[in-house]
Amino acid sequence: MDFLELIKVSLDALRINKTRSGLTILGIVIGVMSVILLISIGSGLQTYITEQLEGLGGDSLFVFPGELSFGTDGGGTPGAGVANSKFTFDHIKDLEREAKTIKTVMAYIENNGTMGYKGKTTVTQVSGVGVEYSDVRDQYVTEGSFFSQSQYNSAKKVAVIGTTVVEDLYGQEDPIGKKLTISDQTYIVLGVLEEKGALGGVDMDNQVFIPATTAMRQFDMENIQSLWVQSISSETIPETKAEIEKILLKTLDEDEFSVLDTKSISGMISNILGILTAALGGIAAISLVVGGIGVMNIMLVSVTERTREIGLRKAVGATPKAILIQFIIEAVILSFFGGAIGILLGILGSLAIGQFFTTTVAPWSIILAFCVSAFVGIVFGVAPAAKASKLNPIEALRYE
Amino acid sequence: MSLLKLVNVSKTYLPDSHAVEALKKTSLEIKKGDFIAIMGPSGSGKSTLMHLIGCLDIPTSGKVIFEGKDVSSLSEAELARIRNQKIGFVFQTFNLIPRVTTLANVELPLIYAGVNKQERLKRVKEVINKVGLEERLGHFPNQLSGGEQQRVAIARALVNKPTIILADEPTGNLDSKTGREIIDLFTKLNREGNTFVMVTHDQEIAKSANNIIKIKDGEII
Repeated sequence: MDFLELIKVSLDALRINKTRSGLTILGIVIGVMSVILLISIGSGLQTYITEQLEGLGGDSLFVFPGELSFGTDGGGTPGAGVANSKFTFDHIKDLEREAKTIKTVMAYIENNGTMGYKGKTTVTQVSGVGVEYSDVRDQYVTEGSFFSQSQYNSAKKVAVIGTTVVEDLYGQEDPIGKKLTISDQTYIVLGVLEEKGALGGVDMDNQVFIPATTAMRQFDMENIQSLWVQSISSETIPETKAEIEKILLKTLDEDEFSVLDTKSISGMISNILGILTAALGGIAAISLVVGGIGVMNIMLVSVTERTREIGLRKAVGATPKAILIQFIIEAVILSFFGGAIGILLGILGSLAIGQFFTTTVAPWSIILAFCVSAFVGIVFGVAPAAKASKLNPIEALRYE
Repeated sequence: MSLLKLVNVSKTYLPDSHAVEALKKTSLEIKKGDFIAIMGPSGSGKSTLMHLIGCLDIPTSGKVIFEGKDVSSLSEAELARIRNQKIGFVFQTFNLIPRVTTLANVELPLIYAGVNKQERLKRVKEVINKVGLEERLGHFPNQLSGGEQQRVAIARALVNKPTIILADEPTGNLDSKTGREIIDLFTKLNREGNTFVMVTHDQEIAKSANNIIKIKDGEII
């Protein structure tokens, strides 16, 4: 019996129970679709965050206090050592003087605060930075000016604000020279930074920048929270990292600081997101298995319903193998159709979600979903098909 | 010419703990051109006899010799091949596949025989002419009368040019007039050289056969 005939026979059988076949296919469709959809959301997130981190600058390194490990072993907690920071301005001087591959070293302090102006308030991130900030981040003032080195040195209460802060607090007013309260302290706005948009889900324009020296007083810190180091180029990152470690070890213990570059941070995060994606895919795969059980269920019903037909086929010369193959093909057709429709809907769904949120349809997820659905068809089709092939023709013909 | 020989054939079923001997040391010979009617009350063993002749089952002891070859120890796949090539079945309940047409029902044995599409169509048309259903090729079983359905089943039994045609109560589900027509068709086909073995309850129907075998309690009497 040739293969095309078998497929024709199976299609005939499936066509007679359109609703039933359709619902069974739907189970597989949902399974395959959710595998593709969830994986594409997961890998979209991964791509997005990696891109955003790389946007921080490929030549930047960060020195954090304490031992930082973003490792997948669930080791340390990032930022746990912030309170115990031992970085001083002497460290910055040491680094600037001794290292050969360092372009700039900037004190960097990050905190949140309530900004106020004429009764209006808004909560934003407050960053204590150095005068080098504009060059390091490649973000310059569009109005007014950045604070100067002397304002920095004398820890003046001056601020440079992002466009979102301008909108929230000043509206149509020109903010330059106006007052700005951070908690209970009054600052003078010096300039407005150019718009940057969102980075890693954070609105980069909803920020206030003040001198790091001022920030240490504002937030009552004895030491510098972290150091933002710029290497002379993105190629010299490893050398810079080695130099920083060597220089800092002269005055600090090994567990009192960690040096991270954007690449290793993004590597760690994408590692975590990779696991997340796999977990999402795994959860979706469960629904595929449920769909497979649906196929098996329907095939068992179909075998029982067609007992007499199977008996007849055997009487007129169908071998057990021919019957086995016929029913497996039926199951495979169900899951194959389900898989094809599911892949199509999964891709369309990803594209639709992609309008609001980055999604990446991973080719491997399509291949995986396809193989799994074919596999499901075979695996869950075998038991009912084997049952059919083992039927005794005499008993099957007598079956009422 | 001997087509099929049963030599001392016994068949014992073991439904539960106690064995049921459905057929006891039975011997039988079927020759080419025979028209045999097997008669007997319910539970007499005539169905068992039919199944053994039809290679649907193998005996517990004794030999079934089909065209000189012992088939009593063949595998299921080998038996399927013999049923496909050598035996045509006609059932009381027709057993047509309801979702396909007359054409597809009749060509079924040819599909399992691996005959190509062109040849299948030719042979189906041949046998459908013999049973007089040329106009019904595209009809589905539920669009046909009982007699017509049985004719389709007969065409299906004939299509692979079998050595023996086995009919199990072929008129059991038909009114007497239609039953008569089916038996007349058997007689006509028998004259054309086909060998028939038929199980029936009906004395009148049995009279059409040229040899009546009576069976009781698993033994031919």
